[in-house]
Amino acid sequence: MSANNSSNNTLAMTLLKGRTLIVLVVLLIFFSVVADNFLSMNTMLLIGKHVALYGILAIGMTYVIITGGIDLSVGAIVGLGGMVAGGLIQNGLTLNMFGVTIYFSIPLVVLITIALGAVIGLANGLIITRFNVAPFIATLGIMYVARGFANIHSKGATYSDLKGYEALGNQGWSFFGSNVAGIPVGLIILVVLAVLFSILLKKTAFGWHVFAIGGNEKAAKLSGVKVNKVKILVYMISGVCSAVVGIISSSQLAASHPATGESWEMNAIAAAVLGGTSMAGGVGTIGGTIVGAFVIGVINDGMIMCGVSEFWQMVIKGLVIIFAVVIDQFQRNLQAKMALQARNENK
Amino acid sequence: MASMCREGVCFHAEGVSKIYPGTKALDNVDFDLLTGKVNVLIGENGAGKSTLMKMIAGIEQPSEGKLYMGDEEVHFKNTSEARKHGIGIIHQELNLFPNLPVYQNIFMARERKKGMGMDNSYHKEQAAKVLERLEHPIPVDTLVGELRVGQQQMIEIARNLVEDDLKILIMDEPTSSLSEQEVQVLFKIMRELTAQGISIVYISHRLEEIMQIGDHVTILRDGKYVADAEVKDIDVPWIVKQMTGEGKSYPKKDRAIDWDKQEKVLEVKDLTLPKSGGGYLLNKVSFDLKKGEILGIYGLMGAGRTEVFECIMGLRPEHTGDIFFGDEKMDIKSISGQIDKGFALVPEDRQREGLIQSMDIGRNCSLSAMKNYTKGGFVDFELENEKVESQIKDIHIKVADKRLPILSLSGGNQQKVVIGKGLLTNPKILLMDEPSRGIDIGAKTEVFDIINQYAEQGLSIIVISSELKEIISIADRVIVLSNGLKTGELKGDEIQEETLVLASYKGHHGH
Repeated sequence: MSANNSSNNTLAMTLLKGRTLIVLVVLLIFFSVVADNFLSMNTMLLIGKHVALYGILAIGMTYVIITGGIDLSVGAIVGLGGMVAGGLIQNGLTLNMFGVTIYFSIPLVVLITIALGAVIGLANGLIITRFNVAPFIATLGIMYVARGFANIHSKGATYSDLKGYEALGNQGWSFFGSNVAGIPVGLIILVVLAVLFSILLKKTAFGWHVFAIGGNEKAAKLSGVKVNKVKILVYMISGVCSAVVGIISSSQLAASHPATGESWEMNAIAAAVLGGTSMAGGVGTIGGTIVGAFVIGVINDGMIMCGVSEFWQMVIKGLVIIFAVVIDQFQRNLQAKMALQARNENK
Repeated sequence: MASMCREGVCFHAEGVSKIYPGTKALDNVDFDLLTGKVNVLIGENGAGKSTLMKMIAGIEQPSEGKLYMGDEEVHFKNTSEARKHGIGIIHQELNLFPNLPVYQNIFMARERKKGMGMDNSYHKEQAAKVLERLEHPIPVDTLVGELRVGQQQMIEIARNLVEDDLKILIMDEPTSSLSEQEVQVLFKIMRELTAQGISIVYISHRLEEIMQIGDHVTILRDGKYVADAEVKDIDVPWIVKQMTGEGKSYPKKDRAIDWDKQEKVLEVKDLTLPKSGGGYLLNKVSFDLKKGEILGIYGLMGAGRTEVFECIMGLRPEHTGDIFFGDEKMDIKSISGQIDKGFALVPEDRQREGLIQSMDIGRNCSLSAMKNYTKGGFVDFELENEKVESQIKDIHIKVADKRLPILSLSGGNQQKVVIGKGLLTNPKILLMDEPSRGIDIGAKTEVFDIINQYAEQGLSIIVISSELKEIISIADRVIVLSNGLKTGELKGDEIQEETLVLASYKGHHGH
């Protein structure tokens, strides 16, 4: 009886752990029946292009949430990153004191944008660790600051038609929004980053320290984990991921608009949570998050193809997220029950 | 009606069982709760005493069997139903609101209204009254989070006492975080309560205390009833024998080593730590530690014991005084720096400070020593695995699979994981804060064995303990702290219960 019970639990556990993947498959089947042309190559590539954006943001977000924090500034960094990159391509960097304007090559523009993301992440991390500000508040503040600067940068205008100039040698911005061998570059970057950050999370001491801090910060500190350093690095990772998304989105549109990325932080959080990252900290995987990002992408684009209104899309997305967290809670309870059982059997 | 409560019994459990998935936590147990007595439940961790207690308090419901109160069969769906019958419970893990003041904690969910608002003057007055009765006149506006654990425990007791209708009070290890002095106050209060006809269910691992305060003991083992007896008819060895099935006792520590000739590994000179709001947590405390020595630190709650460790581990940068490691004066910067130098800490509160609950057993073990197992940032899993495995074997942690969650282990084995985590860093000095707190006798003995085993191998160990018998049996030398002052240093035959207790009060002038 008890053996049967425990194997039932194990089966339930396996199903629960793979739940996001199951949901993804169910959604794909559902939309392919309901919407014409859903299972076409074009649709899949379009979804992939969109998912790349949420997915990369969600990678950084997963790190932050595993430490028990939150990063609300990612969407604003996307906007600011895109504006800075767009400005550099369109207008270059004017140094008034020397009376010159410098135009950077595309690789340098990319590096500068990424460095900007890292610096904003550093600011988040320093505010949180040095001044003991709750992550929610610190990153909320930085969100406004970054969004403000995105608008200040162009006085609210859009940098459009980011082709660069042959004479200046800064052409090729469209690469990040293009396809290589039929696959969107953004999607390739997503896969590369997902693999790298998954290895970092699972195979390095740094990754373990991320988990330890989210599990029990006090115990981690007393075990010698450099809590502040790890937290700062985690927000820098999130900042860098956001800057990368800024580059890709601006390239996909061939334009930088200061409002780009507004409320994308919510998609990133939703993807991480759908993928099994616990808002309480200490639990999460990059693989899960990527699947979560795909679920969100499929819901978004699938509903558009079905002609569901934008407003109903919001309602459905919200319900899916709540459902995911309820299931997560269920899994946690089951896990606790199984731990108790193991404890009793050891007696 | 044989099933009802007999004369002098206020609560009767008949043939109760509790079945959890995969195990029987309680197996057909009969239990009588004597009116106006201190009824002690004894058993090792997992013996079923907590389960039985939870049934009486309405937290758990029996899978089989019946509960009677007076002549009436009772079914408690939850704690508030039990509370209506006059049953109160004080948990081992405190259930307080650290963000709220004392009087609000005491009256939480039993507030008295005055018009639209709360009758706070009544709350404060009554809270002050009940605390006065507990001999802990804590200002009722103090936030509970600012109180020491011992004081918080008193608040928990006060919560149960403000109700007039209390018939049964269940106390789960109420003394585990109290000082000797606070324990005596508590016992006095328990006597007052029983004199008023209140029946107490008392759970404790401290057998000496049971002999002092208990009237009647019931012993459980592996979920089954083993024996019950009047305390006046029995002694500690009898209890231990019933609990474990065999006799266990700890002899006094006596090693034939000339400590004067041993190399000095640590010297603390004039360690001083100011208290916020004036006074000192530590006032010019000096001591040294020899290689392979087990140094005990004894003292009451708030004597400054844990603070000594905090200074050494770099958690109190505001301290003054010099700490020498060997011959070298240490520049203490951070806890990770101290771990690199060869210090390891086993903190007092296992759940809050020792374990990462979301990680498995193996990773909890290797967390501190992680950087020794990495190459270019990447963890060498084979090496890590091997080290953890050998540590688990070395200190006999009972695990089926080290990838199981840490909470699947018993309290004693969890504690051994925390100790193992410290040992894996290959420390030269191990600091242990109350290493046997809240674990059963069997596990306690095993923890002592670990301490002795590593001391023999040359590890220098400092052990903080508030249990007299424990410190006598484990330490080569004991320093006593009292109110931030060092009031005694005892070795060999000088280490006696009386001398320790005497020294532990010396720092309190005017008391």
